[in-house]
Amino acid sequence: MTTTTATTAPVLTATGVTMRFGGLTAVRAVDLTVREGQIVGLIGPNGAGKTTFFNCLTGLYTPTEGTVTFRDTVLPPKPHLVTQAGIARTFQNIRLFANMTVLENVLVGRHTRTKEGLLSALLRGPAFRRAEKASEDRATELLAFTGLAAKRDHLARNLPYGEQRRLEIARALASDPGLLLLDEPTAGMNPQETRDTEGLVLAIRDQGTAVLVIEHDMRFIFNLCDHVAVLVQGEKLVEGTPETVQRDERVIAAYLGTPFDGAPGEAEAAEVQAAEAHAAEETDR
Amino acid sequence: MTPQHHRIDAGTGTGHRAVPRLGLPLIPLPATTAQILTACGALLTLLSTFLPWTWTRAFPGNLTVTGYPGGLQILTLTGAALTLTQVLATAAPTGLPGLRWLNPSGRHTATLLLAAGTLATTWYTLIAIAARLGGLVNLEPGGYLAGAAALTTLTGALALPHTPARPLPPARALPAWAEIAVIAAVFGLALRVLTYGIGTAYGELFTGFLLLTGFTTAALFAGGLGARLTTLTHRHRRVTLTAALVTAVLFPLTQDTDEYTLIIVNILIFATVALGLNVVVGLAGLLDLGYVAFLGVGAYTAALVSGSTASTLHIHFPFWAAVLTGAAASLVFGVVIGAPTLRLRGDYLAIVTLGFGEIFRITVGNLNGESGPSLTNGPNGIPNIPDLVILGYDFGTKHSLGSLTLTPFANYYLLMLFFTALVVLVFSRAGNSRIGRAWVAIREDETAATAMGINGFRLKLIAFALGATLAGLAGTVQAHVAYTVVPEQYVFAGPVPPNSAFLLAAVILGGMGTITGPLLGAALLYLIPAKLQFLQDYQLLAFGLALILLMRFRPEGIIPNRRRQLEFHEASTDPGPGADGNGIRLTKAEA
Repeated sequence: MTTTTATTAPVLTATGVTMRFGGLTAVRAVDLTVREGQIVGLIGPNGAGKTTFFNCLTGLYTPTEGTVTFRDTVLPPKPHLVTQAGIARTFQNIRLFANMTVLENVLVGRHTRTKEGLLSALLRGPAFRRAEKASEDRATELLAFTGLAAKRDHLARNLPYGEQRRLEIARALASDPGLLLLDEPTAGMNPQETRDTEGLVLAIRDQGTAVLVIEHDMRFIFNLCDHVAVLVQGEKLVEGTPETVQRDERVIAAYLGTPFDGAPGEAEAAEVQAAEAHAAEETDR
Repeated sequence: MTPQHHRIDAGTGTGHRAVPRLGLPLIPLPATTAQILTACGALLTLLSTFLPWTWTRAFPGNLTVTGYPGGLQILTLTGAALTLTQVLATAAPTGLPGLRWLNPSGRHTATLLLAAGTLATTWYTLIAIAARLGGLVNLEPGGYLAGAAALTTLTGALALPHTPARPLPPARALPAWAEIAVIAAVFGLALRVLTYGIGTAYGELFTGFLLLTGFTTAALFAGGLGARLTTLTHRHRRVTLTAALVTAVLFPLTQDTDEYTLIIVNILIFATVALGLNVVVGLAGLLDLGYVAFLGVGAYTAALVSGSTASTLHIHFPFWAAVLTGAAASLVFGVVIGAPTLRLRGDYLAIVTLGFGEIFRITVGNLNGESGPSLTNGPNGIPNIPDLVILGYDFGTKHSLGSLTLTPFANYYLLMLFFTALVVLVFSRAGNSRIGRAWVAIREDETAATAMGINGFRLKLIAFALGATLAGLAGTVQAHVAYTVVPEQYVFAGPVPPNSAFLLAAVILGGMGTITGPLLGAALLYLIPAKLQFLQDYQLLAFGLALILLMRFRPEGIIPNRRRQLEFHEASTDPGPGADGNGIRLTKAEA
């Protein structure tokens, strides 16, 4: 396990982020800091509001209260501006551009780091060709990094599940982010694929990109993370090093279901999930 | 070309669904017997076209002469001859030497398709004779013979053994000049077929022509010759483009009268607008049901500044200025409509654009000085738009170039061709760029696209504005070709293309996101209603039926986009990874 001193500069600071859907508070006053060179884990039972919190960070939802700061700039709640600022993400249920090729998917990820507009595309001057070439080179590099080089001309939908997950990461990395948000990157993977993903996440961190990861696989979390935050029922329960969190009774209780004061009942968890699903529908429309 | 492409191309024949891929043929016969039966049937069909099929010349095309096939008989003759060559090309065990190149795949599907096409054309002719003249009694023995012979051919073809699809053997290397000559010959042949189709003098002949060409094209790809040609055109892209352009430029010179040139000018206008709509629908995935309004804006702007006596603005812009004004007016109109509506998604956008399309037509009909300001002369429109004169070249008179004559419509045809080429260039360049990829990403998954840093609204507005500008461009030429603009040209749905419904149909039927698709779709959608006048009230019914059948059997359009081809026919082309890919949808839907 790698440890990083907590003295590096913060990449992401979330202060008092609260998200309410009507009368239901899915995320309540959560503070979180991710520092340069860190891998931070966000864990919690189903329906705890982890993905809702992610969506608040990336601008997919506008938080009811609180601010999100990326390297000293307050982020506007617009997804494309958040990506422009330097935060890239993957999705819990894979959202690739299914009918584009693997290479095209990664090229779309380059969108914010290139400027060529419609006019230069129509005129095809030397600057345009240079930019296209540079994008393609960078995309090829990322495909090699994620081990997808051989699949560059396949349709994304035809990739096996594990490779689709890796392509999503390659696509997110294409925007040269300072922070990468991974939403359950190993969901549905076999142990071998999970280990490969661990290696990939470490390699990403070693290249200088901080990572915030939601995960249910505790071995994955405790192997990788420098810092872990636990969300239960929309609130941050514990935060600290993996060891601290692992030993915390409340965390064990929350995961194993031992009753304690204010533990989320099944009904409440279902309510949060329903509200999130509803909100997801709204954003999809 | 990868083996995968071969497999797709080889499997695109319309008949491949009806025929079981493996296992025994429908009719059990020894292979040699089946081949002899097919060959004899085809030969007999061929010979039967030299006999009279009916006794009276009341059926068009004169099918009463012995020893001289006419009208629809020529189509049967062609079909039978092609079937015969295919049978010989695939004759056991390796095909006749010298003919083998006609069917590189060595499969019998092409023979089957051609036999079916010949049968369809022949029987259609016989039914048409009986229907028009009032009963089967009007058929001569020659007609019966043709029908029976075509049926025999198909029976034989159905008994031919099935061979599994496999990658094509590599083509024999030809010198570059020979390959280029092949491309030129193919384009020459295509031009000949096209002019024949446009020139068909009566509906029955056109229907027969469509049947035969459809089946023949399917057979071309089923036999692998289509894949060979695709490889060839890919290798010589520049030559192919030049050949296409030269063919298009030469077209009016092959015509003696203006009649068909006018048809093809209108097809070009329709096709150009459809290609503009393809930016909006095919690339960005925005369903626009009022697109024809942008064509109207361009046409009205050009008419107003054309110096027409009926124009309320008594100004006369030179053509280039009129084109720029028309395109700019369309652009502004597109942005004004797009800015508020593009925040909507899916069905809502379709309804709002439909509304705006109708608002345009009604507004233009009311700007007559009574119900509104005097600008457009209301329902009377702007007639007497003068002919164009560019650099002293008068488009309204005949010009002679040596022994060749350019009629007025030929002039406009060449002008429109220039604009079509321009729009094709814009489409291909815009589609294959950062902006184009962003459009496709938005079409695929807008939420994921915005998470990749794409400003969805801005990109959609660019697509909408570009589409509007291209339509406006076509409109400026349309005003001059038609000499008149009236509001009723720009309806949502009507019998005469272009209208919004037909434009959308041309894009979807031809193939979304492709260049050749909308061009072909527009040509078919223009010619079919024009040639099927004899169906009268049933015209739209037949049209609807054709659309339903096409969407059932070929949902990706006639010319499939590489991506959509994979999307719709994955089960038959690539079963392995697709099964994995579908598993993801079972995970929890969140974010």
